[in-house]
Amino acid sequence: MSQSKLKIITNGILTDNPTFVQCIGLCPTLATTTSVANGIGMGIAATFVLTASNIVISILRKMVPDEIRIPIFIVVIAGFVTVIEFLMKGFTPELNKSLGIFIPLIVVNCIILARAEAFASKNGVFDSALDGIGMGLGFTIALSLLGSVREILGAGTWMGTPVVSFDPAMLIVLAPGGFIILGCSMGLFRAIQARAAKFKGLAATPAEARPAGCGSCLMAKFCQRDAEECKEAK
Amino acid sequence: MSMTELFLLFISSIFVHNILLSRFLGCCPFMGVSSKLKTAQGMGAAVVFVIVLASLMTWLTYNYLLVPLHLEYLYTLSFILVIAALVQFVELALKKLNPVLYKSLGIFLPLITTNCAVLGVAVLNMNEGYGLAAALVNALGSSLGFLLAISLMAGIRERIENNDGIPDALRGLPMALITAGLMSIAFMGFNGIIK
Repeated sequence: MSQSKLKIITNGILTDNPTFVQCIGLCPTLATTTSVANGIGMGIAATFVLTASNIVISILRKMVPDEIRIPIFIVVIAGFVTVIEFLMKGFTPELNKSLGIFIPLIVVNCIILARAEAFASKNGVFDSALDGIGMGLGFTIALSLLGSVREILGAGTWMGTPVVSFDPAMLIVLAPGGFIILGCSMGLFRAIQARAAKFKGLAATPAEARPAGCGSCLMAKFCQRDAEECKEAK
Repeated sequence: MSMTELFLLFISSIFVHNILLSRFLGCCPFMGVSSKLKTAQGMGAAVVFVIVLASLMTWLTYNYLLVPLHLEYLYTLSFILVIAALVQFVELALKKLNPVLYKSLGIFLPLITTNCAVLGVAVLNMNEGYGLAAALVNALGSSLGFLLAISLMAGIRERIENNDGIPDALRGLPMALITAGLMSIAFMGFNGIIK
C-alpha cells in the first residue's frame, strides 16, 4: 500500500478523529458507550454504513445533479442502515436490543453525511472506501475507549468480567456519566495536543479555532450564517 | 389512552425522559447552538414546531401507508424522506405566509433535517406503538423538553464564557459537556414523580 493510501486511513483514526478532533456524532457517542461491547457494536455498524455508502456515492458522483445531491446521499445511507438493521436483528439480537433506537438513527449521524459530502463525492471509489474504513475505525476506537472507561468505573467490569476491587459508581453508566466522561476525555485530549504542540515548538490551537459540536458537520454553514446574523443583530 | 395517562406522558417526556439529558437525542445542536440565549431559544422553538409536525406526518405515513402495504421495514427510509420534504415545505410556506415568523425561525429550519431528535421521536412513537393522540403529546412534551434544556444550557454558557478560572483545555465544548452532565444529574431528581 502506498504512502498516500495509508495516510487516508490514519487521517480518520488520528488527525481527523471524528469524536475527539472533529467533535461530531455526539449522540451515539454518549448513548452507546455504557459498555465496551455496545461501543464496539455501534462503531462496527457505523463503519459498515460509512464504507458502503462512501463506495456507492463515489460511484454515483458523476451522475448525481448537484442540486439534489443531499437527498440522494440520504437515501443511499438510509438503504444501508436498513440493511445493517436486518443483519443485526438476525445475528446479534441482544446487541440490537441494547442499541435500540440508535441503529435507525445512524441515518442522521453527521459523520456519515459529512464524509459523503466532503470526501466520497469528490474522490475515487478505492480512496472513498479507505476513507470510510479509516473514519469508521477512528469512531470505533473512540467509542470503545469511552466504553471501557465508563464500564470499568461505572460497573466494575470490562467486557463483562470483573476487574476492579472498589465499589463502582453507578452514575458513570447513567446519562450524566456519559456527558461528564466525554467532557473530561475531550479536555484531556486537548491538553495532550497542546503539550505535544509545545514540545514540537508549534503554537497551540487557539480556543476560537476549535470545533464546537457541529462545527465540522455538513450543516455548519447554516450555523455559521446564523452566528453571523446574531453578530449583526448585536 | 385516558386523559390522565396522556398528562403523565406529557410530564414524563418533558422532565423524566428529557430528550437531551436522558435520551441523548439532538446533542449536536445542544452543543453547537447553545452559546447565546437568543439563538438557543430560536432553535428550540423551531424544533418544537418541526417535531410536532413531523410526528404527525410520520405517524400517518407509518399507519396508513407502510402498515397496509406490509413495508414496515422501510420506516427509516420513508421517515427521513418525509421529514426532509416537510422541512423544505415548511420553510417555503413560512417564507410566503408569515415572514415575521420566518425571520425568527427560518434560519434554523435547514439545520433540523439532520437533527436526530426529530427522527428519534418519530421512531420512539412507532416503537412504543402510540396512537395519534399519544404520539402528538409525546412529540410536544419531548420538544418542549428540548426547548427547556437548550435555553437553560445557553443561560449557563453565557456566564461560563466570562469565567477566567477555567483551564484552557476545558474551555468551550468540554466544559459544556460537563455542565450538561451536572444538569442531567439535576433532572434525574424528577425520576420519582412518575412511576
